[in-house]
Amino acid sequence: MKNENAIDIDREKGNFHYDTTYEFDAGIGLNERVVNYIADVKEEDDWVRAFRLKALDIFKGKPLPTHWATKDLENIHFDKFRYYLSKGQQPSRTWDEVPDDVKETFERLGIPEQERAFLAGVEAQFDSEAAYSRMKEDLAKDGVIFVGSTEGLKRHPEIFRKFFAKVIPVADNKFSALNSAVFSGGSFIYVPPGVKVKQPLQAYFRINAESFGQFERTLIIADEGAEVTYMEGCTAPKFETTTLHSAVVELVALKGAKIQYITVQNWSSNVFNLVTKRARAEEEAEVKWIDCNIGSRLTMKYPGVILKGRRARGEVLSIALAGDGQHQDTGAKMIHAADETTSNIIAKSISVGEGRSTYRGQVHIPRRLRGCRNNTECDALLINANSRTDTYPAITVRGNHNSVQHEASVSKVSAEQIFYLMQRGMSEGEAMSLAVNGFVNDLVKQFPMEYSVELKRLIDLEMEGSVG
Amino acid sequence: MRSLEVENLTVSVEGKTILNNLSLNLPKGEVHAIMGPNGSGKSTLAKALAGHEHYTVSSGAVLMDGENLLDLEVDQRARAGLFMAFQYPVEIPGVSIANFIRAALKARQGEEDSFDALAYYRRLYAEMDRLGIDRKFTGRSVNEGFSGGEKKRCEILQMAMLEPKYCVLDETDSGLDIDALKIVAAGVNHMRGEDRGILVITHYQRLLNHIVPDYVHVIVDGRIVKSGDKSLAVEVEERGYDWIKEEMAAGV
Repeated sequence: MKNENAIDIDREKGNFHYDTTYEFDAGIGLNERVVNYIADVKEEDDWVRAFRLKALDIFKGKPLPTHWATKDLENIHFDKFRYYLSKGQQPSRTWDEVPDDVKETFERLGIPEQERAFLAGVEAQFDSEAAYSRMKEDLAKDGVIFVGSTEGLKRHPEIFRKFFAKVIPVADNKFSALNSAVFSGGSFIYVPPGVKVKQPLQAYFRINAESFGQFERTLIIADEGAEVTYMEGCTAPKFETTTLHSAVVELVALKGAKIQYITVQNWSSNVFNLVTKRARAEEEAEVKWIDCNIGSRLTMKYPGVILKGRRARGEVLSIALAGDGQHQDTGAKMIHAADETTSNIIAKSISVGEGRSTYRGQVHIPRRLRGCRNNTECDALLINANSRTDTYPAITVRGNHNSVQHEASVSKVSAEQIFYLMQRGMSEGEAMSLAVNGFVNDLVKQFPMEYSVELKRLIDLEMEGSVG
Repeated sequence: MRSLEVENLTVSVEGKTILNNLSLNLPKGEVHAIMGPNGSGKSTLAKALAGHEHYTVSSGAVLMDGENLLDLEVDQRARAGLFMAFQYPVEIPGVSIANFIRAALKARQGEEDSFDALAYYRRLYAEMDRLGIDRKFTGRSVNEGFSGGEKKRCEILQMAMLEPKYCVLDETDSGLDIDALKIVAAGVNHMRGEDRGILVITHYQRLLNHIVPDYVHVIVDGRIVKSGDKSLAVEVEERGYDWIKEEMAAGV
C-alpha cells in the first residue's frame, strides 16, 4: 500500500552515518571540566551550572543498580564516552538552513516528509543539540511553546525552572543524576490553559557520532484543560563501540489536562538505552505513555505516572521486542497519591532468538486512599526455545477501599499455528510475523495510524531473521 | 498432467508406518471421496500431502500437474495450488479473518503487484454471504471462540478466496449439525469445476449425500482397498468396513 512507503523506517534504514565536523566537543570522559564546558558553551545561568555540578557528585556517589538490574551495566565505560558534540546551539527554522550532512541524515530518515504529512511541529536533534525546530504558526499564536531544552532554559526560564527536576529528582537513580549533570537537547513544551493541540508534536533523536552519549532532557507541561500528543523516534548507526543514550523525560499534566507520549525506539544494537520517564497528573488529568522498544543492546525504562490529584488517570501501553543479543528491561510505575485515581498497564513483550525481555512493574496504593483502581496485564511471547522472559511485578495495595487486577501470561507461537499459516501460502517468516503482529494487535490498534504501520514493519523485519 | 497423482506413497509417524504404498489419481474436474475406519490413515494422507513435518515420507511420489510436490515446502505447495481444509482449524489470536486471508493472497503476489483492497472486500463479502457467515466475522480473530460450524465454514471461505487447484477436505463434516453440513456442502459444490480437483475425506456417508463424489475410495490399514462410484459409500454406510476387510483377507 502506498501510504506505507511514506514512513518507511526500518531497522537498517538508520544504519548509516556521515562524517561530521563539530564546532563544540567536550572531549572524552566525564568530570567537572566537561560539565563546566557544557555550561560555558550554553552560556547557562549559575543555578543551572550549580545544578549540573551537584548532579555530577550524586552520579559519582551512586552505585550501579546491579543488585536488581543486569550486570551488563558494568560494561558501560563512562570514561570512554564523549558527552557533548554540536555544531552550535541555534536550531534552524527551515530545513534549507540545516547543514547539508545533517539535513541529508534527516531526509534519509523521512522526517521532513512526515512533518509535511501529519505533524504540528518537529524538533530534530543531532547528537547533543537540536538542528531543526519548527512549529506551526497558529500554535505559536495560541501561546504554545515547543523548543529544545537549551532554548527553553534561555527564553522561558520562569516556566522551565518551576517544573524542572520536580517530577524526577536528580537523585532518583544513577542515570537521572548522569542526565542532570550533562543534559543537552530534548524538548521543552508548554501548552497554555484550554489549548488543545490537535496534531502531534514530534521529536526525532539521532545519534551520529561513535562512542557518544546522548542525554536529552524533555519537559512537557500541559496547563489546566490543555491537551497535547508528543511522539519521539530514535535511531543510531551500528558502531563497533557502545553508545549511551540516557534521557530524562518529565511530564506535568495540570488539572484536567491530557498528555499522550508516544515512543518508537529503534536504536541500533550497540546502544545502552537507560531512560527515566515520569509524569505527574493533577486532578482529573490524564497521562498516557505508549512505549515501543525494538532496538538497543539494553533498554531499561519504566514510564510512570504519579497520580497526584483526585480522579487522575494514568496509562502505560508497552511493547518490547528483544532480538538476539538484546535485553529489553521495561515496565511501568503507577504511584497513586489521591482518591479515585485509576491506572492501567498493558505490557506485551516478544523475545526472539536469544533475546531477553523483562517486565518490571510497580503499583503503589497507600492505605489512606479510597476508590483507586489498577489493572495490570503483562503478556510475553517466546519465539524460539532459547528465548527468555522474566516478570517482576511489585504491587502494594493497602486498605480495603481500592482494587487491583493483575494478569500475566507467557505464550509461544505453536508449530501448528505456523503450519496452518504456511498451508495458506505464507512463508515461515511471514507466518511468524503475522502471529506476532496478532499478539500485539490489541495494543497497536490504539496507536496513531502512522506509528502502527511503522511498528508492523519493524516487527516484520525482526521476524524475517528469526526463523531458519 | 492435469491431476494430483499419488504413487505408492508410504508415510510414517514417529517410526510407525501409517500409509503403505498408497496410490490415488485425482484428475481436475472430479471429486473423489476417501472413506475409512478410524486409524486407517485418512488424515495422515491429508497432512502428508500438505507437508506437515511430523509425517515422514519414506517412499513414493506425489505429482501435482506433473510437479513433484514432495520437493516443495509447505508454503510452496500451498502457493502451487494445494489447499487443505483442516479437521481442527487452528486459532490465531489477534489476527482478523480479513487480514489473514489478505496475507494469504498477498503471499501469492509478486513484490511489485498492487493489492486492490476494495475489490478484495467486495469478493470477501460475496463469499461470506454465500456461506452464511456474518460480515462482522471479518474483524474476528481467526478461529478464536468460533463454534465448530463457524470454523468449518471459515475453512471453506478461505478455500473459495484462495481458488486452489486441488482441495483436500479433512473430515470437514465432523462436528457439524445438518444445517451447517448443507451450507458447507453447498460451498464445496460451488467450487466444483473443470479446473479443480477435490478430495473429500470423511468417516461418514452423510456428507456424500450433499457432495456427490465421482469416485469413492475405501482406505484400510493405510492402503486403498476398494474403489467405486457413489454406491460404494452407501454400501459402506449400511454394512460397515468389516466385509471389505474380509474380502481383503480372502484375497478377493
